[in-house]
Amino acid sequence: MTNDSLVVEQRWDLDVKPQNSLFSLNLKDVWSYRDLLWLLVRRDFVSFYKQTILGPLWFFVQPLLTTIMFTLVFGTMGGFQTDGLPKPLFYLAGITAWNYFADCITKTSTVFKDNANIFGKVYFPRLIMPLSIVVSNLVRFGVQFLLFLLVMAFYVIKGTDFHVTWAIALFPVVVVLMAALGLGAGMVISAMTTKYRDLAFLLTFGIQLLMYATTVIYPLSTANEKYKWIIAANPMTPLIETFRYGFLGKGSFTWISFGYSSLVTVVLLVVGIIIFNKVEKDFVDTV
Amino acid sequence: MALAIKATNLSKAYQLGEIGTGTLSRDIERWIAKVRGKEDPFLKIGEANDRASKGTSDIVWSLKDIDFEVKEGDAVGLIGRNGAGKSTLLKLLSRVTSPTTGNFKVKGRIASLLEVGTGFHPELTGTENIYLNGAILGMRKNEIKRKFDEIVDFAGVERYVDTPVKRYSSGMYVRLAFAVAAHLESEILIVDEVLAVGDAEFQKKCLGKMGDISKGEGRTVLFVSHNMSSIASLCNKGIVLKNGQVQIQASANECINYYYNTDKSNDLSAQWLPKQDQVPDPVFSLKQASLVGADFNLINGGAADANSLLYLVIEGDVKELNPAMKIGYELLDQKENIIFSSLSTDCPVDTAPVIKLGMNKIVSEIPIKFLHPGRYVVRVHVSIHHHRWICNPRDNKVILNFELWKSDVPSQNTEESIGIINIDHNFVNTYL
Repeated sequence: MTNDSLVVEQRWDLDVKPQNSLFSLNLKDVWSYRDLLWLLVRRDFVSFYKQTILGPLWFFVQPLLTTIMFTLVFGTMGGFQTDGLPKPLFYLAGITAWNYFADCITKTSTVFKDNANIFGKVYFPRLIMPLSIVVSNLVRFGVQFLLFLLVMAFYVIKGTDFHVTWAIALFPVVVVLMAALGLGAGMVISAMTTKYRDLAFLLTFGIQLLMYATTVIYPLSTANEKYKWIIAANPMTPLIETFRYGFLGKGSFTWISFGYSSLVTVVLLVVGIIIFNKVEKDFVDTV
Repeated sequence: MALAIKATNLSKAYQLGEIGTGTLSRDIERWIAKVRGKEDPFLKIGEANDRASKGTSDIVWSLKDIDFEVKEGDAVGLIGRNGAGKSTLLKLLSRVTSPTTGNFKVKGRIASLLEVGTGFHPELTGTENIYLNGAILGMRKNEIKRKFDEIVDFAGVERYVDTPVKRYSSGMYVRLAFAVAAHLESEILIVDEVLAVGDAEFQKKCLGKMGDISKGEGRTVLFVSHNMSSIASLCNKGIVLKNGQVQIQASANECINYYYNTDKSNDLSAQWLPKQDQVPDPVFSLKQASLVGADFNLINGGAADANSLLYLVIEGDVKELNPAMKIGYELLDQKENIIFSSLSTDCPVDTAPVIKLGMNKIVSEIPIKFLHPGRYVVRVHVSIHHHRWICNPRDNKVILNFELWKSDVPSQNTEESIGIINIDHNFVNTYL
């Protein structure tokens, strides 16, 4: 026992306890695993078009067909207003933005279930997984956005009357907000579905329903006065409106609604990360 | 030397049964208790992990108040039956899940190999998977790049690195996966029984690599295996777990001995006794056959140390003297290759045992020091030479089996030598 006093103070790099403080988020740990993030994104991208001939072009197909469908069903048959914009352009703008958000939220919400196998065998900061999902989808979004630009160029050449506005400068912010919103909400849902999977069923059609409460197939300006507040309360609405306003010059943009969206996003993201960090520690036991 | 891992009161409770509506109401109860600052009502009634008897509570402690220390540079073997808590402990240490109570402290980076090839994507090529898997295990990209050639070389898949791994043979797949993990540069390596994969040659290569890691590079290794031979050859320290509790923590050899001594659940039969319904032969009837150690007691749990002695004892009743009667045995390895066959009449006439009427007890030393560690079968045979079998070894009636392990003897070799037997031989330099 006398030897103990002679032992040099032991240095520890890691202390694992049952519960850490709510706000120890290990963001430094996440940073040290950044290579993994890129490799996961690469994996998602490469494995998507392996053994296909068209390769990344397949990213075009879904928004293109959806746009044609919406143009036919809502635009032509339903007679929905599109703020005077060419219908395909109007829908494509909405679909491109909405898809990104929807993909982020749905993929993130099942992150624990989908990766239970890896998570159960090896430790790395779990936050890397949802982050890689958001970045992977960003690649997809980039390709689809290119399609949107092509269609835009087509209408410019055709001489259709629309113009970009200063709000186009907000585009990067809009993308980041959409990603953060999808990520935050997705993480909250993912944390809630590790033990009880009920919410996962709700999400699949919930996202579809939410699309109709967002200004994807109609502009906010034509929304029914009675229900307008519901649509405006949806944090995705101002983002899509800003996107359209920036690129196509039509849409209801106000700083108040934009600020509201940003605030909701930041709150959801922070709450999402905290809950996610709390759950990741032993979700393996219950998933 | 400084400590690499120190665990205090480490426990892990698991919930049994399905998660459903009943779980929700209990979760609410727990949450209320927590809010009111009380102890978790469901954890209190937990009990030790004994799978055989049905407990009264839904909570089971896979690990209960474990304390242990691992010094830097030690290779520690975790020994225990299935369900003793070995894997749970590895899971906790690799931070896959968090402890229910207690804590552990770690110095240095931990890399864990609970499974070979975690995160391998079938569509990606060998190269892409090396990078991805390496990053999942905690390597930086530069580190992988530096070790890339070494990894490919170790796995022996150079021709296939640009082919998707789904086209790999399962052997190649496993080799590649192990190669990535073996080249991790962490201070502490945690390995579950991943070596149970691949062919014998590759297993040896893996064990050799692990030996290099622990002995050559002085890194700390925690190793779980049911194969006592590999624990004995790899580890210098051991921890025996039983029902979620540490039984002893000592040198690897002591731990293995302890495990074999206390754990009789082995399916190895060191003793054979005749059944009631067997018809006694008019010439000879076998009463008992057993494997005993140097102390002439039955060997512990069917295990024998190659650095010790092992005897086969055959007891039988001779009713009629017949000079053509031969008693002997065959030794077979796990793949049923006969390593040798031996008869009591093989010895020179003056040392051969003399058979008398009545009870005879014949003892033969089995030369185990010439054997590789592993499982062996002893088949006893008795015959009237060139006439008939009294006990035919092909009937597999009188069989005994034992597991051979080797207490650690310092040698420069970390790998096992090749061949059916393991000759204890000398090399001498005569300086011409």
